[in-house]
Amino acid sequence: MKPSTRRRLFRGVLYAIFIAAVAAVILVADWEAIRTSFLNPEVFGEQFPAIITTAAKNTIIYTVIAFIGGLLLGLALALMKLSPVAPYRWVATAYIELFRGLPALLVIFAFAFAVPIAFQWRPPGGTAGAGLIALIIVSAAYMAETIRAGIEAVPGGQLEAARSLGMNPSWTMVSVVLPQAIRIVTPPLTNELVILIKDTSLLFIAGMALNQRELTTFARDGVSQYANATPLVAAALMYLIITLPLTQLVARLEKRNKRGR
Amino acid sequence: MTEPSLSQDRPAIEVKELCKNFGDNEVLKGIDFHVNQGEVVCVIGPSGSGKSTLLRCVNRLEEPTSGTILVEGVDITDPETDLDKIRTRIGMVFQQFNLFPHLNVLGNLTLAQRRAKRRGKAEAMEVARQNLEKVGLANRENAYPAQLSGGQQQRVAIARALSMNPDMMLFDEPTSALDPELVGDVLGVMRQLADEGMTMMVVTHEMGFAREVGDRVVFMDGGVVVEQGKPEDVLGNPQHERTKAFLSKVL
Ligand SMILES: Nc1ncnc2c1ncn2[C@@H]1O[C@H](COP(=O)(O)OP(=O)(O)O)[C@@H](O)[C@H]1O
Ligand SMILES: [Mg+2]
Repeated sequence: MKPSTRRRLFRGVLYAIFIAAVAAVILVADWEAIRTSFLNPEVFGEQFPAIITTAAKNTIIYTVIAFIGGLLLGLALALMKLSPVAPYRWVATAYIELFRGLPALLVIFAFAFAVPIAFQWRPPGGTAGAGLIALIIVSAAYMAETIRAGIEAVPGGQLEAARSLGMNPSWTMVSVVLPQAIRIVTPPLTNELVILIKDTSLLFIAGMALNQRELTTFARDGVSQYANATPLVAAALMYLIITLPLTQLVARLEKRNKRGR
Repeated sequence: MTEPSLSQDRPAIEVKELCKNFGDNEVLKGIDFHVNQGEVVCVIGPSGSGKSTLLRCVNRLEEPTSGTILVEGVDITDPETDLDKIRTRIGMVFQQFNLFPHLNVLGNLTLAQRRAKRRGKAEAMEVARQNLEKVGLANRENAYPAQLSGGQQQRVAIARALSMNPDMMLFDEPTSALDPELVGDVLGVMRQLADEGMTMMVVTHEMGFAREVGDRVVFMDGGVVVEQGKPEDVLGNPQHERTKAFLSKVL
């Protein structure tokens, strides 16, 4: 057999497997059940406008708060991890390893219920506020590692040039290293933002007042209210509308950075 | 121009019994070395002989293992010395230019003036423009480093160092990363600086520059100063075998 014939045959087999798999899914699925349970037009219509004005809005607000909080705390941890003072490094390392090693769901649960009891402290926003603090704390651990890697990726010659001009370590960090590190970490941090959007769904475990509900909590409540899964599909659509432009942006930023080298 | 504490007879740079180890690699093995005020000293020697390390010890980018380094009479190995302040008086030019890529040319020239010398914006800009003029790049003040050729980047780097109004300049193979046709522009700027009386320590492989511009040539090999003297003596009539062997390879 000629190599070109063999290649064409192999390609043909791959297509056949793909078509068979799609056909099997279509044949096996119960389309009537899917239509009534997942794609019920009335239930879908009932989701609006609250799914946008309350649920999607809260998802975005929680994401922005968690991202900014995580970024600031993450930057502090990254600088601690690079500190010449050993105890700072130990604390940062312990923090990062601890919160990257625990499931976010467990940390949110702990903050919502255990911390208020242990410290006799009610965080603002009730259990949802506590959950949000947990999300900040967890995302900071991931962002700290990203930021640290970004800072270390700035060439050593940049530091040497700044120091040889008489700039002190703080000014060197602020005006020479960080501006370059930010460019390097923008794609991975945007990725982090997408992950965070989805992780706000974990806040459902904290329990929320009606006007505090984000997309997932809102959809779960809808599922029990209508005894129908259509609200989940509506929520999934909303997540994709928010995340898809961002993942496209990440791809674009990564391409730009690759060109910039 | 010169501060009152400076006397003409004290060397600008004075290195005594300098040793530097990286782990158990002895890179500098007891260097005695000096550069007088207004003198141009060219340091030559094979790759790995410790030239860069010596230069970088002079503004303490490297920490000496032992020995003393006096810059204008101030012991920079003393922990009490304000290093940042001393460094504003020592300009440094790197082989890889090390311009700040996120700032344009003016930004590169004004940043340290503002942050380290605490000059106002207007003054910093004026000094920057004077020095750009000097290196022949007055028309590129808004360009970013990536938009410049290697030769232009290196001249910007020299202008950046000069903008701090240093008393002396250190050059670490400033033309080694350049395409041959761009070397001349950079050497021209350095020659002009030397003519103006700048104190200079230049690590270089440009023997023509060392011969014509240098007041003294220092040959290093294996972490020691093997031979030094007037350029015509060291380059034209070397006394040591190692110097002869090196020169026969590069000339
Ligand atoms: N930061 C460093 N860490 C470890 N070894 C180094 C470092 N810098 C230089 N060296 C070593 O010191 C020796 C001299 O280097 P260098 O001063 O750069 O020589 P030259 O500039 O004459 O080529 C080399 O063997 C090099 O490997
Ligand atoms: Mg070198």
